[in-house]
Amino acid sequence: MKVDLLTKIRNAIKNGQVLVSDGAWGTFLHAKGLKPGECPELWNVEHADKVLDIARDYIAAGADMIETNSFGGSRFKLEHYGLAERAYELNKAAAAISRRAAGSDHFVLGSIGPTGKILMMGDVTKAELYNAFKEQAEALAEGGADAIVVETMTAIDEAVQAIKAAKENTNLEVICTFTFDQTVDGDYKTMMGVSPEEMATAIIEAGADIIGSNCGNGMKRMVDIVRTIRRAAPDTPILVHANAGAPIIRDGATVFPETPEEMFQLVPALMDAGANIIGGCCGTGPEHIMAIQRAVNTKL
Amino acid sequence: MSTLINDLALCIERGKVNKQSPYPPDLKDQDGADELAKAAIDSGMDPDNVLQACMQGMDRIGEKFSQNKAFVPELLMSAKAMTAVMEHLKPFFKSGQVKRKGLFVVGTIAGDLHDIGKNLVAMVAEGSGYQVIDLGTDVTADKYLAAIDAHPGCIIGMSALLTTTMVNMESAVKAIKDKHPATKIIIGGAPVTQEFAEKIGADGYSADPKGAVDLLDKIAA
Repeated sequence: MKVDLLTKIRNAIKNGQVLVSDGAWGTFLHAKGLKPGECPELWNVEHADKVLDIARDYIAAGADMIETNSFGGSRFKLEHYGLAERAYELNKAAAAISRRAAGSDHFVLGSIGPTGKILMMGDVTKAELYNAFKEQAEALAEGGADAIVVETMTAIDEAVQAIKAAKENTNLEVICTFTFDQTVDGDYKTMMGVSPEEMATAIIEAGADIIGSNCGNGMKRMVDIVRTIRRAAPDTPILVHANAGAPIIRDGATVFPETPEEMFQLVPALMDAGANIIGGCCGTGPEHIMAIQRAVNTKL
Repeated sequence: MSTLINDLALCIERGKVNKQSPYPPDLKDQDGADELAKAAIDSGMDPDNVLQACMQGMDRIGEKFSQNKAFVPELLMSAKAMTAVMEHLKPFFKSGQVKRKGLFVVGTIAGDLHDIGKNLVAMVAEGSGYQVIDLGTDVTADKYLAAIDAHPGCIIGMSALLTTTMVNMESAVKAIKDKHPATKIIIGGAPVTQEFAEKIGADGYSADPKGAVDLLDKIAA
């Protein structure tokens, strides 16, 4: 039987190894023809073959684990497209696609993103958030996910509801990553004002098994962020999904400037800072993941 | 300026909505923006001064936000306090006794459903003395054009969170400028830059709500 993700990562840490995760889905879907304004999660049933291609590309690139196309799969996000009632179906399909690509020897991380609702403004109640995350987590589990990754979070209260909903209603491990920006003083905070240290304390207490950071402005800044998280959480595995830099506009098209080679160069520093699982976010593709894989092996 | 007005500005800056509000903890059980605005108007104070207090408080929290000394939650609480004050000023806006600086029509660009940033800008603009019409998210060029027809002289604001949707601003700006060359358009959002704004022919870009109000003030002056 396959070992669970946490055992695998603990063994890797013991042996001084780092695991590799996948790259972007959103920007990759657009490259495959997803139009702005189209619901990405609907592709899990209407263009399942193209979503499967992405999942397979990342496995082929050497990722130990891949995510699912369900980042905006909460009923609150799907509501914008009139698809709230299909939340369970679309999330289950997302996990099933990634499971198919991952086979039995790679891990599937069921992606859960923010709802866009702000608890402190009274947009929603905690119970409403919890139930939406529960629905998503249960569907991802049924579709075959090995773990849940609650990602791109900026508010502790929302992340805590997502972590609890996944922990209490599935038997999957839960990863949670936040998105930080650099402040004018040079330290890091989410847009809701949460520091990496505050995040680490709060989400470990809520039950997260693996913590970390995703999105943001490239690998270089992730090194600082991981160092701070590592100080606050000496024993928790850390996952990083870094953007390929901050987007710039070149000849009318959006470009993420960090090349696979630049990411390759930064991997050792990220490992030294304390990262245990490294992958990409917006703007990264299979070439970036190959470069990360190569860097991880070179460093050993 | 009286103490009342100074206290009111402080309530806006600190996000103290009303007496019952537990936030911020150090102002617990004190009168909030709601009570102070009512007291000011009941005492016969010029409602214009009440709006000025609002603008001062908004300016200070907006400045802190630009400096990363305050974040989205603090700004939202300030906006909530500002909304409480606006309720008391409504009759004076209606009668024309208090005039706003201008009319600002905002929306998130077509294809994009993210509204937190757009809402923050809308709230800060309102607290800074502008009448704000919010077209919501996924706003097409046609919707902006209809709003300009309905509100001649308005200033347009466009927001985008996604790199994939910000490009839709270019065609929307062009459609507006073709028909209404004098209409001013300001843009913003995480992936947007000054360079992009210039390239697509927008009249201004700002990275934060305070900067957006500075642009509005320049345009409306």
